Amino acid sequence: MNDAEKRSGATPNVPEPEVHRRRRWQFSLIWLVPLVVALVGLSMVVSSYVSAGPQITITFQSAEGLEAGKTEVKYKNVVIGKVKTIELSGDRSKVLVNVDLKKKDSSFATQGSRFWVVRPRIGLGGVSGLGTLLSGAYIGADTGQSQKAQHQFAGLETPPPLTHGEAGSSYLLRSSDLGSLDIGSPVYFRRIQVGRVVAYHLDSDGKGVSVQVFVKAPNDKFVTKETRFWNASGVDVNVNANGLKLNTESLATVVAGGVAFQRPPHAGKDRTRAEPGTRFKLYDGRSKAMTPPDGPPVMITMRFRQSVRGLSVGAPIDFQGITLGEVKAITLNFDPKTKYFPVDVTAVVYPERMGRANARFIKRAGDRYAHNHGALLGILVKHGLRAQLRNGNLLTGQLYVALDFLPHSKKVKFDPDAKPLHIPTTQGNFDRIQEQVGHIVDKLDKVPFDKIGNNLNGSLKGVDQLLKKVNTQIVPQLKTTLDEAHDTLGTVNQALGGDSPLRQNIGQTLNELQRAARSLRVLSDYLSRHPEALLRGRRNAPPPLAPDKDDEGRQ
Amino acid sequence: MTGAPVRSARALGLCGCHVCGLVMRAPGPDQAAVCPRCGARVHLRKPHSLASCWALLLSAMMLYIPANVLPIMRTGTLFSKEDNTILSGVVELYRNGSWDLAVIVFVASIMVPMLKFLALITLLVSTQRGSSWASTHRAKLYRVVELVGYWSMLDVFVVTLLVALVNFQPLAEVEPLPGVVYFGLVVVLTMLASMSFDPRLIWDNDPSHADIDMHKGTSDE
Repeated sequence: MNDAEKRSGATPNVPEPEVHRRRRWQFSLIWLVPLVVALVGLSMVVSSYVSAGPQITITFQSAEGLEAGKTEVKYKNVVIGKVKTIELSGDRSKVLVNVDLKKKDSSFATQGSRFWVVRPRIGLGGVSGLGTLLSGAYIGADTGQSQKAQHQFAGLETPPPLTHGEAGSSYLLRSSDLGSLDIGSPVYFRRIQVGRVVAYHLDSDGKGVSVQVFVKAPNDKFVTKETRFWNASGVDVNVNANGLKLNTESLATVVAGGVAFQRPPHAGKDRTRAEPGTRFKLYDGRSKAMTPPDGPPVMITMRFRQSVRGLSVGAPIDFQGITLGEVKAITLNFDPKTKYFPVDVTAVVYPERMGRANARFIKRAGDRYAHNHGALLGILVKHGLRAQLRNGNLLTGQLYVALDFLPHSKKVKFDPDAKPLHIPTTQGNFDRIQEQVGHIVDKLDKVPFDKIGNNLNGSLKGVDQLLKKVNTQIVPQLKTTLDEAHDTLGTVNQALGGDSPLRQNIGQTLNELQRAARSLRVLSDYLSRHPEALLRGRRNAPPPLAPDKDDEGRQ
Repeated sequence: MTGAPVRSARALGLCGCHVCGLVMRAPGPDQAAVCPRCGARVHLRKPHSLASCWALLLSAMMLYIPANVLPIMRTGTLFSKEDNTILSGVVELYRNGSWDLAVIVFVASIMVPMLKFLALITLLVSTQRGSSWASTHRAKLYRVVELVGYWSMLDVFVVTLLVALVNFQPLAEVEPLPGVVYFGLVVVLTMLASMSFDPRLIWDNDPSHADIDMHKGTSDE
């Protein structure tokens, strides 16, 4: 205790500390603090490294509503990543959105994944994304089937109508135009919505549109090989020779368009399901879709030497009331020989639409005609088949082309090998009436109204002369005759007057006659009582009768 | 006092109790001693002062990285949610026109911790090397570090206050994020580090300054 003594010696009054024990820790526990911190930091780094998913780049047309570091990427409303940066592409035509995916959602960085921006959308088919009104836009995601990694994606501008894994089948419909269809337009089967339009694109040659529709399971089993699809878009108003026709599928399709399908009634018994991806033709309307298959088309031309006003492309070609085809083109032509403008009407006809008649006809005509429609038509033309424009609808003035047998038609040359086949024409009924009226007018024209007029003129002159003669010669004579007649009548009047002697004489005579008659009566009475008086004469004179006294008194 | 200048209590074999101030004989280097009056631990110099200071400082510096990288606060309004780190908060404040606030936050949350690190490193390195360079200034520096330590909590206070005050669920909401925890830890650890540093070590290897100090002390008396 040398040291202690020395110290105590120096300062004797200082108290001693209570020494407990020797220190045993050489290593300070304090170093545990940085160790723990380092471990925590390391674990953070490691975990962030481990949990860091792949980074993908999505291109969009616009970054509207997107914000770097904030906008989330969601799948089924579960956050799978976050937008890290937003930048313009090199050519400034697009927006590149870099997204950090979560590690466990790295399966989204594979081929076939789709990304789109979910914004509030108010479309004809409904309202979607209303939630994003308050929360801001987010990027929706959908997985694909492929496992192949991909880090560059082209973002969709509209949400895809289908999410991955939905059970069903998709089919390809080919159409001449899109109509009012859009992605998401409904697909109907017996007016029940069973699917949607998934995509559409122009064909590479630009001659048509391919529409991809998706029919959900289990209703996709109704899509058989013979199923017909038709465009049920909007209001289908048909004004043609058949009159006005209005067709709609449902109110939604009126606004948003739609596709419907059904098995046509003429379909066979084949009910095998169509393979997914099968191509179908998209018909313009239900009626067109439901018509039996047309078989090979035959092109025909007809030359009309009359106005075709009222005939439109698409007008029916009618044979005995069956629509065999339709008009495809109407062109004006010029015939230098006759210096006239005939109209060439090109049309397509489907001989198989004649059905049984066609089959029988072919059977009768022989097999060699089976595929030679030219020859077949040749026979028909020989029997008087002619094309004629007829008035289908007096109200609208629509015309259609009727093929009909006209027994008294002139023979026409027919080239069975021509393409298209040329069908001779005649004028229509209505035109015939017009023609006949024309003929009548012509005949009327030929009547020599001039000559008739001249003759009439001469006759009238004669009459005039005659009348003059009557006036000058006959009338005065008549006057004297009449004067004499007047005189005669005057004398007659005088002779018959009340106080004329003639009249008095007549009166006396009549009185005498009366008396005579009375005495005759007395005589007859007497005779009837005394018929013997005829022989014996009167025996004694009877007393005179009382009326006699009266008579005498009157006289 | 007269006679030969005394360099320190240690030189006299004495030490004082940190709590009650009782002066007693210094315990041996390997002894654990207790104050006979109040029972507090007694040691000549803070044990492992430099080592614990280093350890705490290193921990603080390590934690400073996540404190700055991770967001400290999420401000959610009806339309958007925004996560802010310290630096982004400063930038946002500056952009929104309140440059004064931005300066305050920047000084309190970024500059002060950094300066504290630097100051402590300087002190530690110089002390460890037994350097006698600018001992007075170093001592002053230490006092500044001690003083400033409490104020670095400003950011943490801001976040806690906002979280408590702004809570109108659908309209506006402030949510603390892990960054603020790391930042708070940084502040606490730097404070502990500066506390664990024994400023007497600055003078222990500096005979000249000890003399001057004693001179000063005598002349004052």
